[in-house]
Amino acid sequence: MILLVLLGVPLAAALLLAFVGDRKLAPEINILGSAATCVAGFALALEVYEHGPMMAGGKFFFVDAFNVYLAVLTSFVSMTTAVFSRRYMRREREHGRVGQVRMRFYHAMYQLFIFAMLLCLLTNNIGVLWIAMELATLSTVLLVSLYRTPTAIEAAWKYFILCGVGISQALFGTVLLYFAAEKVLGEGGDALLWTNLNQVSGQLEPTVLSLAFVFLMVGYGTKVGLVPLHNWLPDAHSEGPTPISAVLSGLLLNIALYALVRCKVLVDGSTHTHHAGNIMMGFGLLSILVAAFSLLRQKDVKRMFSYSSIEHMGIATFAFGLGGPIATFGALLHMLVHSLAKSAIFFTVGHASQMHRTQEMDKIQGLFRGNPLVGWGLMFGVMAIVGMPPFGIFTSEFLILTATIKDAPLLTPFLLLGLGVAFAALFRKVQPMVAGEIPSHQRPLKVAHFPVLLHMALVLVLGLYLPDFLSQWFHTAVELLK
Amino acid sequence: MDLQTAAQINSFLAAFVLLTAFGMLVQKRIYSLIHLFAWQGLLLSINTAIVGYVASKHHLYISSILTLSLKVFLLPYILHVLIVRLRIRREVETLVNIPMLMLIGLALVIFSYHLMAPVSELSKLITRSTLAVALATVMIGLLMMITRKHAVTQIIGFLAMENGLFFAATSATYGMPLVVELGVALDVLIAAFIFGIFFFHIHTTFDSLDVDQMARLKEGD
Amino acid sequence: MTVNQIVMECLQIALLIAVAPLFVGWVRMLKCWAQSRSTASLFQPYRDLLKLFSKDVILAENASWIFRFTPYLVFGTVILSGAVVPMLTTKLPLSPSADVIVLVGLFAIARFFTALAGMDIGTAFGGMGSSREMMVASLAEPAMLMAIFTVSLVNQSTSLSHIAEVMYSGHAVLKPSLAFAFIAFILITLAETGRIPVDNPSTHLELTMLHEAMILEYSGRHLALIEWAGMMKLFLFMALGSALFVPWGIARSDSLLMGLMAGVLLLLKVGASGVVLVLIETGLAKMRLFRLTEFLGSAFLMATLGMLSFFILE
Repeated sequence: MILLVLLGVPLAAALLLAFVGDRKLAPEINILGSAATCVAGFALALEVYEHGPMMAGGKFFFVDAFNVYLAVLTSFVSMTTAVFSRRYMRREREHGRVGQVRMRFYHAMYQLFIFAMLLCLLTNNIGVLWIAMELATLSTVLLVSLYRTPTAIEAAWKYFILCGVGISQALFGTVLLYFAAEKVLGEGGDALLWTNLNQVSGQLEPTVLSLAFVFLMVGYGTKVGLVPLHNWLPDAHSEGPTPISAVLSGLLLNIALYALVRCKVLVDGSTHTHHAGNIMMGFGLLSILVAAFSLLRQKDVKRMFSYSSIEHMGIATFAFGLGGPIATFGALLHMLVHSLAKSAIFFTVGHASQMHRTQEMDKIQGLFRGNPLVGWGLMFGVMAIVGMPPFGIFTSEFLILTATIKDAPLLTPFLLLGLGVAFAALFRKVQPMVAGEIPSHQRPLKVAHFPVLLHMALVLVLGLYLPDFLSQWFHTAVELLK
Repeated sequence: MDLQTAAQINSFLAAFVLLTAFGMLVQKRIYSLIHLFAWQGLLLSINTAIVGYVASKHHLYISSILTLSLKVFLLPYILHVLIVRLRIRREVETLVNIPMLMLIGLALVIFSYHLMAPVSELSKLITRSTLAVALATVMIGLLMMITRKHAVTQIIGFLAMENGLFFAATSATYGMPLVVELGVALDVLIAAFIFGIFFFHIHTTFDSLDVDQMARLKEGD
Repeated sequence: MTVNQIVMECLQIALLIAVAPLFVGWVRMLKCWAQSRSTASLFQPYRDLLKLFSKDVILAENASWIFRFTPYLVFGTVILSGAVVPMLTTKLPLSPSADVIVLVGLFAIARFFTALAGMDIGTAFGGMGSSREMMVASLAEPAMLMAIFTVSLVNQSTSLSHIAEVMYSGHAVLKPSLAFAFIAFILITLAETGRIPVDNPSTHLELTMLHEAMILEYSGRHLALIEWAGMMKLFLFMALGSALFVPWGIARSDSLLMGLMAGVLLLLKVGASGVVLVLIETGLAKMRLFRLTEFLGSAFLMATLGMLSFFILE
């Protein structure tokens, strides 16, 4: 029932918003829809917390500790982003960057995107998981090109083509998975249900599954934005409207990683080797290093933070690949705090670039004085994202690092190098933006306080103290992923 | 129809699917490309119907009809309308070194065969041998997307890849469960509308559909 | 080896020598019809040959023995090839000793000497023709071998007679590999026998000619022999196609009656292939020389695809 609400609300909101169009109330409806989704998400979490994993809709939906926390995160961040988007998009309309038709489109697609992500998380069927993932891509493609500038269209086209190519590899992997499953479970929709597959994973043909994982890795890895499949990501995340950048970086990447980890569990169950984990570690480490060094060369602020997203997704992928309770715990926490911190950063960056009417870092200055919330929000956000204590990312990265020293000591220097370079690069770039005098082209701006403050507070709290229910939750998830 | 004949027809159709894939890889005229794409869809549709009949899997008939309506009629029609509207009907793409492309394509076929051989051995279906061809079709579609510089032909490559995936599902497992097939078809349909919109955006913004012009977003300047 | 077999062998060679000009006449006639021109007689090629035989040979001063020797060698190799290909019966006395690879080798010898002779005189056209011919050969021969290997793989033998016999038994029907090999074979035939779109046999336009440029310096009976060999080669390729892909009608014993029937059927088959040839030639325009790589590349592609589909699909 709650599941139905959780999935139904965004879908209904999408239809409603497509119908309402660009009335005065559209952003409020958007917020309301997302808030309702968020409430449903929390209610679902409560139910799972009390009663353990549940299935619904004839095994079609499956909720356990792993996906429910991501569902809560998704619905929460999409709610705060909707709040942020109200102010932000109103300003964009005043600047004349988007028109009426496109605003209608924007709101409807935003809700459809949330629906697709939640469907990805909650479905038990790995075929449907693929479909929902593709739907999430398709619903955001035209949002990336919302401004219709040449660069925006280029970015969206790249996003469309590269993700389309990538995701078709994942479909091939899914076909192979079904091929192996059919032998054990018989044909029909049941053979694609994750829970069924997980029960019999020991009997699945290991050769087929290891091959399938390569395709799934390439496919979902493209969506996660792992190097060398990351080419589309900085473009797509930097050229779209900032609320979209926030949900793309904060949520969609997590969802893709979620899909990958679900598949990895099956493959591990079948092969009993570290094959899948090794592949993930390789991709993860490469992403960390390449993204960290790319950070040094960036000029566009949103583009820089997109690279930072690649880096952090690399860290999470690496940790999941490493396996073991500590690393997995760290990875789960990392997905959570990165998502919160990164979307907060995008909120401040969005406002900052609206104040200066540019995304070029050279031209953004004096944020502390111009607008303390934006300035300090950005500063703290960056401190959080580079892993400074006492923020939550420090905790997760510390856990991952400890696990690496224990399980794969030879890789530790590379991991540290990546983290160090990213640290230096981000600080060097952000400092001139926040400090200094107010430049002449800076305009004052009414900003959305609530989302930034809420996100930063949560990241801070998670760094200082992990609530019992959350850590218990993660422990359950770690058990599931073993 | 006995199994032997069905298997022979199946492999024959597979061979022709592969041939159309190669045809698309080296075809320069956009108009002929669309025709080739429609032919490939037709072959797949027939193949699916035959497999469905022999294996008495009735949901494959639905997939077959879906393929027929979507990939043989609707998508080529949409593409046709688009290229007429955009006035690129007669456009010819420059392709460098076609023999090289063919050789790479052949290498991809061998690679797919090598990759799929252990999987095919595990299967007892009459369609098992076509799995390698299906993967090869996917790979060749991928190669086409990489080598082409025109937005429309890139999309045709993308759709050809989708064809290959559909073919893979048919040959590996007699098709995916119906809900997945329908969902994939829906995604393809949405994708079709999106690229339709895109063509117009690109055309109005860049004054041509040459993707090479899109090179503003670059690293390291 | 029975007497019958030897008789059949001789009959087959005689048939090749005698009927090849007729076939060329037939093709020309069809072509005229297709282009609604009035036709020459079916026997015009014989008259042309007769005319050339009755003329004197004019040799360039610096022509070496290669130049004089080549026409006979070319004529000889074609006849030898004709003796190997099962046209009337699969029970030829020479068939155990010769297989398809030998056949390709025989064609290669003839081509090699023609190219040498083209350069021997030292005129510009000869050299140009030789170099072009070798370029075509270097692309066509791998494709040819590939196509033949595919057929050999399907029938598990490289002996032409054996291939024909296995095809006869009907196990090889409806195989994609054979379909690919057949398409490749058609493309290669067009290239090897110098037809449109690779070469135009009816012009001597210096910019485009390949084969004609090489033999430009020949005259009299030398030219007659080379032309005749060319006609036989065309006929031979048609007969080879029939033996490899549609062997029905070829006798599997050494009975003379069956051989006779095979001969009639062969003429029908080759006659029909002439129609196809003309259709192709009227439908296409001659390609620019540098696009030939694409043309022969696709022949190679087809042949290789045939081989791959043999491994993958069968």
